[in-house]
Amino acid sequence: MKKIIFALLSILPVIAADAQSIYITKTGSVTFHSRSTVEKVEAENNEVSSVLNTQNGEMVFAILLKSFHFDRALMEEHFNENYVESNKFPKSTFKGKITNLADINLTRDGTYTTSVEGDMNLHGITKRIKTMGSLTIKSGKVQVNATFTIKLADFNITIPALVEDKISEQIDITVDCRYDKKN
Amino acid sequence: MKTNMLLFLLLSLSFSKLYAQDDLMNLLEEEKDKFSKKKNFATATFKTTRLMNGHTVENVAAGVLDVKISHRFGMLNRGGYELFGLDQASMRMGLDYGISKRLMIGIGRSTYQKQYDAFGKFKIIRQSSGGSWPSPVSVSAVTTVMLKTLKWEDPKRQNFYTSRLSFAHQLIIARKFSEGLSLQLMPSFVHDNLANTVSEPNDIFALGIGGRIKLSKRLSFNAEYYHVLPISFVEGENYRINGTKNSLAVGFDIETGGHVFQLHFTNSTGMTEKTFITETTGDFFKGDIHFGFNISRVFTIKKRKKNK
Repeated sequence: MKKIIFALLSILPVIAADAQSIYITKTGSVTFHSRSTVEKVEAENNEVSSVLNTQNGEMVFAILLKSFHFDRALMEEHFNENYVESNKFPKSTFKGKITNLADINLTRDGTYTTSVEGDMNLHGITKRIKTMGSLTIKSGKVQVNATFTIKLADFNITIPALVEDKISEQIDITVDCRYDKKN
Repeated sequence: MKTNMLLFLLLSLSFSKLYAQDDLMNLLEEEKDKFSKKKNFATATFKTTRLMNGHTVENVAAGVLDVKISHRFGMLNRGGYELFGLDQASMRMGLDYGISKRLMIGIGRSTYQKQYDAFGKFKIIRQSSGGSWPSPVSVSAVTTVMLKTLKWEDPKRQNFYTSRLSFAHQLIIARKFSEGLSLQLMPSFVHDNLANTVSEPNDIFALGIGGRIKLSKRLSFNAEYYHVLPISFVEGENYRINGTKNSLAVGFDIETGGHVFQLHFTNSTGMTEKTFITETTGDFFKGDIHFGFNISRVFTIKKRKKNK
């Protein structure tokens, strides 16, 4: 009996350390825009969920595509109906890792450059993404920023010939998430 | 002690695995479920606010202006001399505007009977799943006022301005069954202030049915049919205008960015509710078919506020 109690007691710090290092947000922001001169295609999603484990640098994002909002209602409809097909593929996800965790001092406030690598899933296709970003620590809160570019063709999203000059093949994505410690 | 250590190692291993990536994802899911039981509304049941002649359950979005230009050429069975009807055209120009998420209004002018028309359309119920009160159908109500401005047939008799007016009220019940299939029912009521003859009705009831099958992301096949119902409240009065037929239309929607092109074949000449529901004289199956098209172009007048 004593032994079992000893065993249980010894793992307690492990659990505690894990819970300590989990940061979560449900109101992260992801915006994208297409680099075309003819028409501005831009959308914002302020309901991005993400969890970050500062102990091992792992991070995951889940994005409901229907929560992307555009200036033009018709663009939003076409985005959902014709491009990302959000009824078939409602979510986009990213599972990745901060690869230079050793350079980040989590106990001290400041902004650190991070390099992130992981798998992005969109439109039913998973692709490896590598990007640089920043991680800011301020009074116990963590903020993550990143900008990267994806190619629509990589995710099997096709642009019809008729609007080819209006929509760019390259899409810039900006991530801005502020995390709170999970209780 | 050895087994103890082993137990300890195994347990701590399993716990340190607790927040591996898939578990992080699960954590995310749990949190999401807790906070947002999101209602999911069916969108884009139809590509535009008209099926062909009549309304669909769709509205233009708030702050969006939709310019509609519609043509119906002459009848196909008029032969090569009239280039199968292309020598003549009946047309309607219209402007639709979305006032709010649920309310849209529109005005139009048709060459047929030199009609002006105005309508209001309100979304009562939106098809949805999840959340509280999910609905299997969308329901909209449309009321249209039509004004004929043709010169009086007999200027010598006393003519009233109100005699030029007609009204149409429609309920549109629609369901998007899948990405590819949407159907709607349109119980309709048309009132003419002045009937042509004593035996003809002022009030006409009809039931419409329409739908679309998507052939590709940007192309759909549509059909629309209005059946005039044998309902009459006045004795000795016919339930429909003499010599009229039920309205039928079949065609395609082609969507290209901000435009929707609708190409179709119909036995109706006019493009307002009273005209195609109650005054269609062509017999579709005898070749009294008009080739026609609607062009819709939307302009965003008022940009939407981003939800913060």
